[in-house]
Amino acid sequence: MSEIDTLITRARAAADLTGLSLSTVSRKLFNDGKAIARLEAGGQCTLRTLETARARLSEMEAGAAPSSAKAPKPAANDEAPSRTPAIPSETMTHLDRLEAESIHIMREVAAEAENPVMLYSVGKDSAVMLHLAMKAFYPSKPPFPVMHVDTTWKFREMIKFRDDTVAKLGLDLIVHINQEGVEQGVGPFTHGSQLHTDIMKTQALKQALDKYKFDAAFGGARRDEEKSRAKERIFSFRSREHRWDPKNQRPELWSLYNTRIAPGESIRVFPLSNWTELDIWQYIYRENIPIVPLYFAGERPVVERDGALIMVDDDRMPLDGVTPKQEMVRFRTLGCYPLTGAVRSKATTLPEIIQEMLLATTSEREGRVIDHDQAASMEKKKQEGYF
Amino acid sequence: MSVTSLKPSDNVLDYLAAHERKSMLRFITCGSVDDGKSTLIGRLLYDSKMLYDDQISALESDTKKHGTQGEKIDFALLVDGLAAEREQGITIDVAYRFFSTEKRKFIVADTPGHEQYTRNMATGASTADVAVILIDARRGMLTQTRRHSYIVSLLGIRHVVIAINKMDLVDYSETTFDKIEADYRTFAKDLGFESIVCIPMSALEGVNITKKSKETPWHNGPAILPYLESVKVRGALADKPFRLPVQWVNRPNLDFRGFSGTVASGVIKPGEEIVVLPSAKRSKVKSIVTHDGDLTEARPDMAVTVTLEDEIDISRGDVICAGKAPAEQTDQFAAHLLWMSEEELYPGRQYLLKTANRMVPVTVTELKHKVNVNTLEHMSGKTLELNEVGFCNFNLAQPIAFDSYKDNRRTGAFILIDRRTNATIGAGMIDFSLRRAKNVHWQDLDVNKGVRASAKHQKPCVLWFTGLSGSGKSTVANLVEKRLHDMGRHTYTLDGDNVRHGLNKDLGFTDADRVENIRRVGESARLMVDAGLIVLVSFISPFQSERRMARELVEDGEFIEVFISTPLEVCEQRDVKGLYARARRGEIKNFTGIDSDYEAPENAEIDLDTSEVSAEVAATRIVEYLQDKGYLAG
Repeated sequence: MSEIDTLITRARAAADLTGLSLSTVSRKLFNDGKAIARLEAGGQCTLRTLETARARLSEMEAGAAPSSAKAPKPAANDEAPSRTPAIPSETMTHLDRLEAESIHIMREVAAEAENPVMLYSVGKDSAVMLHLAMKAFYPSKPPFPVMHVDTTWKFREMIKFRDDTVAKLGLDLIVHINQEGVEQGVGPFTHGSQLHTDIMKTQALKQALDKYKFDAAFGGARRDEEKSRAKERIFSFRSREHRWDPKNQRPELWSLYNTRIAPGESIRVFPLSNWTELDIWQYIYRENIPIVPLYFAGERPVVERDGALIMVDDDRMPLDGVTPKQEMVRFRTLGCYPLTGAVRSKATTLPEIIQEMLLATTSEREGRVIDHDQAASMEKKKQEGYF
Repeated sequence: MSVTSLKPSDNVLDYLAAHERKSMLRFITCGSVDDGKSTLIGRLLYDSKMLYDDQISALESDTKKHGTQGEKIDFALLVDGLAAEREQGITIDVAYRFFSTEKRKFIVADTPGHEQYTRNMATGASTADVAVILIDARRGMLTQTRRHSYIVSLLGIRHVVIAINKMDLVDYSETTFDKIEADYRTFAKDLGFESIVCIPMSALEGVNITKKSKETPWHNGPAILPYLESVKVRGALADKPFRLPVQWVNRPNLDFRGFSGTVASGVIKPGEEIVVLPSAKRSKVKSIVTHDGDLTEARPDMAVTVTLEDEIDISRGDVICAGKAPAEQTDQFAAHLLWMSEEELYPGRQYLLKTANRMVPVTVTELKHKVNVNTLEHMSGKTLELNEVGFCNFNLAQPIAFDSYKDNRRTGAFILIDRRTNATIGAGMIDFSLRRAKNVHWQDLDVNKGVRASAKHQKPCVLWFTGLSGSGKSTVANLVEKRLHDMGRHTYTLDGDNVRHGLNKDLGFTDADRVENIRRVGESARLMVDAGLIVLVSFISPFQSERRMARELVEDGEFIEVFISTPLEVCEQRDVKGLYARARRGEIKNFTGIDSDYEAPENAEIDLDTSEVSAEVAATRIVEYLQDKGYLAG
């Protein structure tokens, strides 16, 4: 029996003994609710992690409160952060309220739109949105397909994660690529970030919406991301040309959403409007939502470009004689790999990521190359049809 | 300090555990640009450490470009979003901001003080639990303070903070503060607020924001952030009767039939009785299903899926209510309406009304009065223009289940939609039904005669007009039908013209055919009474036995025999259709009164002789009879 197998057996016994769920035990040992499941499935971990977990497990087995400063406190909220759905608390927490609001919005669209779709970008916000959709319609599957607009420059790990997730959840996936762009060889290295984003993302999205005649599309945008987003509605209307008119939005009162549109018009719906970045991370943690491993720190080959750390994800990247360095990095947002800056980090667990985020002194979008282009850039992009 | 900050040494798991238990508060800030509203919000974000370095440095560079505060950081620039607004220095819409402390997450609706104020403020206020109303300490209460307070109260906010700002510019004068507070409390006593908290403040200097400041030692109340962290706002919803407007019918397979929606009020547990409106079908809750497992109870604001013990037909827009306290149902109500469109309200035009998950055609039948949002005075008016508030009567194409807005913001609110442009043009708050609550069904009712009749607000019956040819039966019957129709009643007339040419065109005028004629007419009338109609039958029907047969087809009290007893001589003299002349000449056989008998009724409910009274008077007497006997009650 390997050391890992021994640890899993002991962890399972400890779970029985304490009455905690295995994911809670996993979280206590590894700061990660899924770690034990991963190890059981043949996953690996570093010796140091194993040592720490073993020490914490011994404490747990001894019935003593884990006293290490890094370990969670037991006591009254033993089961928090995991859910105890059988006994709803007197007052809903802010995450409960955000979840309920998002579910309400999704059900409203499912009931009123004729041909809705969920845009899935494979990032953490999309992961939360998909998780909420699974909840909103349970025990039914979400009554709409998910669509990924693939620029062909996404991280390979994103594509693998996308396909695995959709297969696991049993959802219909539509992948749309702007074939004209591919034929013209459009890419960020040859055409620059602006043109690439416009052709492979903005135009591609419009193509896809026209092709499938979707009348409502869910997006994972949040109001806290950027100033002009703060004023966007949850139900945001687009003309036949997919344009957004910031001066002609429908007032949105209570939770009564006016979903009526004329033929050819469409609605972008943002069920995560009222979530902040911290809410997203906290919810991923509470709900054990799987996310692309690129969010966790790992040894990755990177080069420095214009002050940003760019990961060399495939051989399309012109290196100009520079040798990529292996560095411990992770990503705060995910997009096209040549346009997404990595940050040096040692955060390999969700709590560590959240800790890093709370201590960070720069905002999330700083890592996105396209946002630096100009002031009020997002607003302009939106008027042109960028999500 | 209770703000969102984390030191490197803190245990992140403790932090996460604490922050996961936070509650949420939504509030709105009201004030004009000059009152320092954006500065207050910027300050709250800044002081609760919700800003990153890059945002602060962007803010510093923006301050140099657009700032109005000299060297100091202009916090207002943080919260002004759209480029056009930034250039003009005004906000033109509602913006939502987020910050959190260890106790609560806050969603702030920031609304502008300019032209669109009413519409935007109402939008922000519709989801807010608390309103923060800013007053410039130098200027005291202004017209806009009244306006903001009225709109906030109209939208059902019960807790207000009066932030008396710019206290630094009046040297933190207690006297100034006390005077404004006294003025405000006098003004607001009729606005229905549960709590009013006045706080002296300087958003620019950070006074009384996160903690009580030394500048105002005389202030006994809280600083604003600690107050917002602790104010209790939501308790009451759980104590109200259970309401679940059905949003989506969840049917993954034939074995599962759930009803998904967000609980508007009340608490429900498996096993408890519910009643579904409008069908009034009753059942019990079988389970409350969520992705995380079944729940033992569903509480307000939770998005759930319930299954029921019995298989009953429920669709989107139905409301699942507590069995003991169902919502009211009505197709006519009075409500306050805020007009939000450039195009004025047209009473009588059909709009679409959307309330908790249901869309129904609606017309405004009457504008009772307008409300001057500055003075709260009632004014007469024929229409509502953009940003005006009126108190109106509404007529719906179908009944809806509702509660009054003051009892339940979720089931008492609606929006109006323009059918042509699909724009949202009005926001309404239901005050009360214009019909008595007799539409509330306390038990199952199949659709039967009573239900159909009650939907038509009348007691169905047959008005059987009998009398000689030319006696005035049809003339009187037509007048009666017209009056009933004008009164909104549902009627139908069966007479020789529409029966003899269709249903009975195979019949002649032999005695046997006359009997069969009346039998068919009687049966038709019976079906129409069953359908809930007031049926007017106008036939000579000369034989008592056939009239009795027709009477016996319907229930007691549903057959009203109207004898038009105009004498034969008068009828023959009138001879409108020249029939008497032809009968006298022998051209028509079996003509009643000439060569066939007319058996006059002995106990007709109504007896009218049109040679003595005019047809109009006769019609009036019949309508009065119907009124007196309660056929038109409703």
